[in-house]
Amino acid sequence: MQLALTILMDGLIYASWLFVVALGLTLVFGVLKILNIAHGSLYAVGAYVAASLVTLFASWGLGGHFALVAMLLAAVGVALVMGPLMERYLLRLFYARDEVVLLLVTYALFLILEDALKLIWGVNPYYVSEPYQLFGNVAFASLFYVGYDFALIGLAIACGIAVWFALNRTRSGKVVLAVIFSREMSASMGVNVDKVHMVAFTLGVFLAALGGAFTAPMISVQPGISVSVIIVSFAVIIIGGLGSIEGAAIGAVIVGLARAAAVHLLPEAELFSIYLVMAAVLIFRPEGLFQRAAARKI
Amino acid sequence: MSPNPMPSIGLRRLAGRMLAAAAALTVGLVAAPESRAQETFRVGIVTFLSGPAAESFGVPARHGAEFLIEQLNKGAAPAPYNQVGFGGMRIEPVIVDENGGATKQVQELRNLYQRENVDAVVGYIGSGDCLAVAPVAEELKKFLILFDCGTPRIFEDSSYRYVFRTAAHATQDNVALARYMRARNINAGSFSLINQDYAWGQDSRGDFIAAMQQLYPQATMNADLLPKFGAGQYGTEISALARANSNVIYSSLWGGDLQAFILQGAPRGVFQRSQLVLSAADHVLQPLGERMPNGTIIGARGAYGLMSPDTPLNRWFFDGYSQARGGVYPVQAAYRITQALLGLKTAVEKAMAANGGKKPTPEQLADAMRGSEWQSPGGLIQMKLGNGHQAIQSMAIGRTRWDAARRQVVIEDIQRFAAECVNPPANMRSLDWIKAGFPGAKCDTPAN
Repeated sequence: MQLALTILMDGLIYASWLFVVALGLTLVFGVLKILNIAHGSLYAVGAYVAASLVTLFASWGLGGHFALVAMLLAAVGVALVMGPLMERYLLRLFYARDEVVLLLVTYALFLILEDALKLIWGVNPYYVSEPYQLFGNVAFASLFYVGYDFALIGLAIACGIAVWFALNRTRSGKVVLAVIFSREMSASMGVNVDKVHMVAFTLGVFLAALGGAFTAPMISVQPGISVSVIIVSFAVIIIGGLGSIEGAAIGAVIVGLARAAAVHLLPEAELFSIYLVMAAVLIFRPEGLFQRAAARKI
Repeated sequence: MSPNPMPSIGLRRLAGRMLAAAAALTVGLVAAPESRAQETFRVGIVTFLSGPAAESFGVPARHGAEFLIEQLNKGAAPAPYNQVGFGGMRIEPVIVDENGGATKQVQELRNLYQRENVDAVVGYIGSGDCLAVAPVAEELKKFLILFDCGTPRIFEDSSYRYVFRTAAHATQDNVALARYMRARNINAGSFSLINQDYAWGQDSRGDFIAAMQQLYPQATMNADLLPKFGAGQYGTEISALARANSNVIYSSLWGGDLQAFILQGAPRGVFQRSQLVLSAADHVLQPLGERMPNGTIIGARGAYGLMSPDTPLNRWFFDGYSQARGGVYPVQAAYRITQALLGLKTAVEKAMAANGGKKPTPEQLADAMRGSEWQSPGGLIQMKLGNGHQAIQSMAIGRTRWDAARRQVVIEDIQRFAAECVNPPANMRSLDWIKAGFPGAKCDTPAN
């Protein structure tokens, strides 16, 4: 029982981190039909900017919970600067081209951003571990957990609910859904598709940067943190179904629990467990768990 | 009649020519250092300038190489390294990024030899890269020093003429750790492990388990975790280690992975309940500072950094490097590239002494380096394994403590191990040597 609770908790903590990142990836795919390989780099940008901002706030005497504000501001800042810039002046130029070209463009962006990060921040690590202690420790299933990890679960749930609510219960959200279903039909009904694209992409960037910003206190922020994120995020959204928010949530939980179970019960299968789940899902549902069947266009 | 009859030369003219030749030879010999100074020795230096290994290993190695080459070119290094450059030849480094995978490295190595015309290459931190490039240098008949990578397999599975490794392989790290724990009677009735799932992590894990079976035969192994390289998130692994509640937690994690593991594990109290033992952790002490758990038993893959010996050569290197890098002291990778370049200098000068002062060929360099020994800031390097191609060196292990007054992590209770105490003898594979109970180990001799 205790082991089951530990696996559950470890799985949920990992899933929460994964969900925030994968949510942005799946949203961008749903609206723009772009599998954004640079998403991991945007996560890294969020982590670096958060590390710098938290340090800056601390130098102004704004420590403690102000660090959380700094991290949130970092994610917002990265999104507002990089989202419109990337979507409008780069990606938009390739919408008429084959989807593979867009994939290559985002891969090129990933490589460029990796070097840009080194140019700006260098290769030495940045630490902002103070916020990690903000919520103290929590005893659960006879183990000590860091309260910050539970806060991350809260953040992930808040992000999921906010995005779901915005899409399904607001007028703007309905417009975005319309674009997801049919770009051409939406445009013919007077929807400003370009604007929807930019907003959706910026929101995707925000979620990637938010994931990076709130992970920064748990790691040493340094080159190379973006690669593993993007691979495991892809696994999540493939399991859940590309473009599905519910799918990203369920996919993240499945991956989190599978990985936690493997680490505790069969450590040598840790890496294998994620891809085993992915393969199993793809065998029975090639389009993912929550992908709607696409209507045939006449 | 022969097609090319010897021209008849008068006796006087012959004497005159001989005199002129002797004079020219004399002038040549006197002027040799002068002309050597005009000549350069091009060294390809391959190290991680980007990617996850850059911060901990690649860039410190580059800084170490730049510092040493600058000093050697000025003739400012202490004896016996005070001759300018390599045998009077100015050293010209060609620095290449090791990031990008083994296939790319093979191509880059060919470029260095064939397009850049380097006289020797010193490089490679990644074990996979070392395994890939060694046969290429051999095929091209070009001189190569592997300066850092840890896998014992290079010279245990193959033999080379042109390839050398001037640093000890990973076996000594784990044997020394186990010996250190045994010498202090550290309670290790149970132990858990966390290592990266690739060559370095797997080899280290195997050596440590084997060493523990010899020195702590009653110990039980609990959690045995192999997260992927660059995982970044260790919450689940830390839970597994906390559940195992072993006396000892061993890890060969390094760089960003090790830092993340410590940052995430320390607040959960795991390192207070279990003795943390790290095989290659000197490079994280400066970045982590007071976040490093006190009392951690660490190795540095040699007698390096804060565990380096108190010798004039080491003081010169440690202080000079620290000054050049704004107070950041040198760690293992900087030491290892320095000992590689000093070994190369020794070999070049030995070969030149034997060939009349000419720039040595790869064959002459290889002959000069095979089985040689030289002093380095980290101690004496001896090419005793792999038919004289693989180094052994002395080793040091110690315990960390945050010194609030000095605002840095210090290492205390340092124990030094002679090279032949923690390295296998020639012609014996590392793992076989450990499993056989370290036959021939000489642990009574002082470390040099």
